[in-house]
Order: sequence, then C-alpha cells, then structure tokens
Amino acid sequence: MHLRAADLACRRGGREVFAGVDFAVGAGEALAVTGRNGAGKSSLLRLVAGYIRPAGGRLWLDGGDPELSIAEQAHYLGHQDAVKPSLSVAENLRFWVAFLGGGASKVEDVLESIGLGGIAALPAAYLSAGQRRRLSIARLVAVKRPIWLLDEPASTLDAAGSDRLAGFMQSHLADGGLIVAATHGALGLNSIQELSLDRSDHIRAAQAHPAAEASS
Amino acid sequence: MNPLTALLLRDMRIAVRVGGSALIGVLFFVVVVTLTPFAVGPDLALLKRIGPAILWLGALLASLLALDRLFASDHEDGSLDLILTGRAPLELVIAAKGLAHWLTTAVPLIIAAPLIGLLLDVEAPAQSGLVLTLLVGTPALTFIGIIGAAIAVSLRRGGLLLAIIVLPLTVPVLIFGVAAANAAVTGPAPFGTPFTVLCALTLASVVVGPFAAAAALRLDIE
Repeated sequence: MHLRAADLACRRGGREVFAGVDFAVGAGEALAVTGRNGAGKSSLLRLVAGYIRPAGGRLWLDGGDPELSIAEQAHYLGHQDAVKPSLSVAENLRFWVAFLGGGASKVEDVLESIGLGGIAALPAAYLSAGQRRRLSIARLVAVKRPIWLLDEPASTLDAAGSDRLAGFMQSHLADGGLIVAATHGALGLNSIQELSLDRSDHIRAAQAHPAAEASS
Repeated sequence: MNPLTALLLRDMRIAVRVGGSALIGVLFFVVVVTLTPFAVGPDLALLKRIGPAILWLGALLASLLALDRLFASDHEDGSLDLILTGRAPLELVIAAKGLAHWLTTAVPLIIAAPLIGLLLDVEAPAQSGLVLTLLVGTPALTFIGIIGAAIAVSLRRGGLLLAIIVLPLTVPVLIFGVAAANAAVTGPAPFGTPFTVLCALTLASVVVGPFAAAAALRLDIE
C-alpha cells in the first residue's frame, strides 16, 4: 500500500498555502510533515483526510481497498479530541468503535493499554487535556485502519503518554500501516521520512527579500 | 452495532444527560403554552379557538430551540470530522441525528401536549386528533430544521440565522398542522384534507432534508 501525492497544492481563503508538494509513503513507513506555523501542515493532513479539496495536483492510494475512499481507510487525529463531556470515558470510546466499525479488541483492554483503565466509568468532562488526548488516541488502537493522519499527536501528552504513543505507532508500522504526522518535535520513531513545507516558501521569500532566509 | 444505531443512541444519551436538550425543549413548550391563558385571560371560547395554534407554535419554537446545537457541538469538538471518515453515508448519518433529535425533543412534547391542552380548553375527545397532528407534523419541523442547522454549523451565533432560514420554510407545516388540529378541536371543517397534506409535507421533508443538509455540511467543513 502506497499513499502518493504529486504536485499537490492547497489554497485557503484565497491564499496559497503550499504548492508543488510531492510525497510517497508506503506500508510500514512514517512521514513527518514539518514547517513553521502556518506552513500548511494541518491543511495537508485535512487535505489527505478529504476535508479540503486540493487546489491542484493529485493524491491517490495504491493498493488500498478500491471500494473505500482514503478518508474511510484513515484515522484522523486533529487538534480537537472529539470527546463528549456528558458521556463516560468508556462510552466515548465504545461509540467511536461502533461508528467507525471493525473494532476487534475490547474497549476495556484498549483503555488499560493507554493508561485510562482506572477511570473508564468517569464522565469525560472531568478529564484533563492530556487524558482527553489519550482517549482520542485509544480510538486509533481500538479500530484498525491502515492510514493514521496525526496532527501534533503528542502536543498535550506527558512523557509517559508520548512513550505509549510511540509504542502504538511502532506496532502500527510493524503491522503494515502508514503514518503521516504533522509535528514540531520528535515522534520517537526509528525510521521516518521528513517532508518540509518550508522549502518552497523559503525560495520565494529569499527571492523577494534576500535577508529573510538568514533571519528565519 | 450498526454505525447509525450507535450514533442514534449516542445522541439520545447526550440529550437526556445533564445539560442536554431533551428537558429544555419540553419545559420551554410547557412554559409558553401555560403563559397563554394568563396573557389572554379566562375566556374559554377564545382559548379553545386559539388553542391548537398556540400548541403548534410552542412545538415549532421548542423543536427549533435545540436544533442549532445539532451539528455545531459536533463541529466544535471535532466529532464531525471523524463522522465524515466513517463508512456510513452522510445523508443517513444526518437522518439518524434528525431522528435522535425528534425522539428526544418532539416526543416528550407530544406526550405533554394533552395535559397542557387542558389549560386551553382542549377536551379529551379532541385531544387525540390534536396529538395525531403533532405526531405526524413534528418530524417535518425537525427535518426542515436540520437543513438550517447544517448551513449555520460553522457560525458562532448560528441560532439566530437558523431561525431566519428555517422559520419561513416551516410555514406550510404550520398552516396545515393548525388547520388539521382546528378541525379536530372545533370543527366543522374536515380533518382529512389538511391532515393528508401534513403527512405529505413530512414525507417530503424527511427525504429532502438529509440530502440538503449533507450538501451544506460538505461545503461547511471545507
């Protein structure tokens, strides 16, 4: 399975965010999307998830399920955690497992593995930001989907949480999954490709203001 | 469990929990209808004549009350993004959400209607006809309303826009609903004709609403 993009371009609010982006991620591979704030990391992920239509270029999946769109084979972990405060921790996860379909492992086991086992019955309103993020990550583990689109996955996690996330990502890659992650920090993965969205901008900025590149 | 059943149960569960919309809708309905006799005065003949209209207006406003949160709350916490990565067609997802909204806001209101109908001098034999018009007509209000809810989803103060978009569209439902209810309560006009039109309006909006709302949501999310 290969997720490929050729000459991908994105426009938001009439402004070009990025253009001419190429990448190929295969099964068992991870791609880290880097760049300054506003470089279009989140936009690229939302584009792959099908929320935004590309302004140009092509995005396709080789060797996936031809009956399903890329989004239907992907997990999207955005800035928001999609956790309902009035439902309990287990109810939240159970809903996503039922809705997204194909959950093989038990909800209780998944919560245990992410470190929320003791508070499964607690209403999610009482969770901290890091715990909500853990609950959100539990969804990726509970429902098997080959593509993970992660937007700053470790932003609110503590060190132990980041370690667990790295472990989940490793075993996802080992199972033949692929990961596209927007990140500023290290993801804790052994082998990872990097896609910098700054590059094209730098060239343009350097042409316009020769001093800009030195200061950025 | 089927994805749509799971969504239906989740939405109903959220609606009946603390801070949910189910209780608010029916309380609003009861308060509006209860205030009418105080405002109009103890003129039983007048109350009986305007009773069905007041009940219908109350039902319309009560079902609109919680509608602006139908997609907005899912949009704000990111659930809507994930719902779009689900394998269930968006039109059916919206229909399930509409059904959950109807079951949690309209059904309690329909159950309360005969009781507070007494305040408007709607007596027992006429009540069954009145309740029947609400039962058949309120799905139309919900499924017309979800179009407005989908259009207003990404706006911060979407509630007002929702009312402006949706209320004009509900006028036919209101006309035929009240006409049928009046026929049941005061007569002598026939009940069947407006009631049949009301059924048709409901069927049409249950079909059109989810498609229109899905189109609006796809645009909104971008």
